[in-house]
Amino acid sequence: MDPIIILAAGVTTGTVLLFAALGEVFAERSGVINLGVEGMMLMGAVAGFSTVVATGNPWLGVLVAMLAGVALSLLHAIVTITFQADQIVSGLSLTLLGTGIARVLGEGLSKAGSTSLLPRPTIPVLSEIPVIGPIFFTEQSVLVYVGYLAVPIAWYWINRTRPGLHLRAVGENPTAADSLGVNVYRVRYMYVMLGGLLAGLAGATITLAIQPGWFGDLTVGGRGWIAIGLVIFAQWSPLRVAIGAYLFGAIGRLIYDIQGPAELFGFSNPFKDVHALTFFLGMTPFILVILILVFGSREAVRKRLGSPAALGMPYVRGERGH
Amino acid sequence: MSASQVPLAPPPRARRMPYTVSLERRLEAPRRSWLITLVAVLVALVISGLMIALVGGDPIRSYVHIVGAAFGSPGVISDTLVKATPLILAGLACALAFRMRLWNIGVEGQYLMGAWGATAVVMVPLVPADAPAPVVLAAMAVAGFLSGAIWGSIPGLLKAYLKVNEIIVTLMLNYIALLFIQYWVFGPWSEGGFQMTRQFPRTAWLPRLSDFADSVPAFGGLTVHAGFLVALLAATIVWLVVRRSRWGFVIQLVGDSPNAARYAGVNIKRDIVLVFMASGGLAGLAGMSEVAGAVHRLQDTSPGYGFTAIIVAYLARFNPLGVVVAAILFAALILAGREIQPSGIPAMVQGIVLFCVIASDVLRRYSVRVQRAA
Repeated sequence: MDPIIILAAGVTTGTVLLFAALGEVFAERSGVINLGVEGMMLMGAVAGFSTVVATGNPWLGVLVAMLAGVALSLLHAIVTITFQADQIVSGLSLTLLGTGIARVLGEGLSKAGSTSLLPRPTIPVLSEIPVIGPIFFTEQSVLVYVGYLAVPIAWYWINRTRPGLHLRAVGENPTAADSLGVNVYRVRYMYVMLGGLLAGLAGATITLAIQPGWFGDLTVGGRGWIAIGLVIFAQWSPLRVAIGAYLFGAIGRLIYDIQGPAELFGFSNPFKDVHALTFFLGMTPFILVILILVFGSREAVRKRLGSPAALGMPYVRGERGH
Repeated sequence: MSASQVPLAPPPRARRMPYTVSLERRLEAPRRSWLITLVAVLVALVISGLMIALVGGDPIRSYVHIVGAAFGSPGVISDTLVKATPLILAGLACALAFRMRLWNIGVEGQYLMGAWGATAVVMVPLVPADAPAPVVLAAMAVAGFLSGAIWGSIPGLLKAYLKVNEIIVTLMLNYIALLFIQYWVFGPWSEGGFQMTRQFPRTAWLPRLSDFADSVPAFGGLTVHAGFLVALLAATIVWLVVRRSRWGFVIQLVGDSPNAARYAGVNIKRDIVLVFMASGGLAGLAGMSEVAGAVHRLQDTSPGYGFTAIIVAYLARFNPLGVVVAAILFAALILAGREIQPSGIPAMVQGIVLFCVIASDVLRRYSVRVQRAA
């Protein structure tokens, strides 16, 4: 129950949510909801892990995982952008499809045991800073450091660059963006695929940086859905995504560590005495997402914040908006 | 909407091709739209066959095996109907909510809570242990329906009064419901440390065809139970409600055009909660029928009926009677799929089928027009 250890572990596991939620932020900013995150993460996880089992090269695993995520997201893009199908149903079937393919590919992988993980360097100088150093810069996986870089880059890209302006325009008012010469279809394809790439990377983070091994659907275990909830909590902002992701990671570690000590706050620890009670602990992240949505929706109403205006609507060139 | 010509995106390179392909918005729905769905399913089966071949299976043999294992004899037809029973009820739950464009993805959790409520009647017990079977079963059905309806009312209330996204809430409630079930079957209701309850007494079993084998020998070994009749009855009632009742018209209106409904004085908030509760109740009834009719105990595993039900509802185009047909087809796929290796193939095929069906939607809204380039 050392807070430094809990927070450091929170940053590690939070990186999974971070990549997945950042990817969803990009897709939704372009106006496309992709509910297939869970499926794309499973694909990334299984593709990355099986690559490492076959070749022993975790870097190649990361690459294959990202490509697997892109391949799945491309399906969603074709069906929702070109064929203008319902984004909700398409995303759900993407999760189903990804889960199925991952199970097929993962057949026999659970016996593969553990493999080499990506390196876990300690950053000189920065790791010397009290509190911050041991949490963020000591023996974290390379992918965790990639996560630190991805957040400001994503923020800068969306808010300060020309392509980012096009992205926001397409998500808010595709007709106006089109009339100004932005190729709405191409922008949406690009960012849905970027979302798939990051979801695949999130899956690879699980199997190549945190927990080498394949445990079927439990490998991802609902984290794709939590990531989608985080995007709403974060009001589609990369910086708030980062805060939420690390916080959820830390909570995940806390509910695991809380089962250890014999006493909690001077009382006998109920979670150690009655094992079945730990199932209620396991509910915490899911209940938290609901609470965040409840309070987030009130805040959004108060501040008049909202989702991208064209979110969930297919764009049909030459037709008036819906 | 005028019949405007809409190029496929990205726009075709007209110069290089002797013909251009464009989509023309249909003025009215095509008459034989179920044919489009049928073709989409066939295309999906071909794609799935290619995928099966790719991972080293034999698609033709797999499909022949599925048909044989699901419809080959009265015994397996009965097994298929047993599997179809929870899918019909859960599919109706989805169809009802989706009609109003309420994305109740939480049918899985509502199903689990219904199974829990029905189990509580036996395990607590809520009725005297020596009560006659009709009393026990009626209490289980009511408890199952109510548990599902209450679980379904949570996203309904949050959506109606706080505008909270129902997709995320229902998904989170699925995981919470599963953990809740696990607490009961690992803890208070555990049978000797195994993650399941003890087997229910015979008074809590829905009657099966094989129970009547004494008078009709042909029924021997047939496990199809009264839950199937309940499911057919529920499909008829839901069909009457959505197609023939005033309320059915109102929820369709709210789904298609919320503003028009609001101007017409519809109490949308109340209807959102009611539809969610009815949907959750049907899902709960599915859970009850499964524990009382097929499993006869509560286990910690989730069979995923709630997710398959989404596809069933979509394939049936939210038509309650179509749900029955689609549910039986998917039950066959699940049943036969159990023996197919690798085990992920049925889920993969389901995903491909759903994808092809939603992609085919474009053909319901647009007609394809091929023209000679100018």
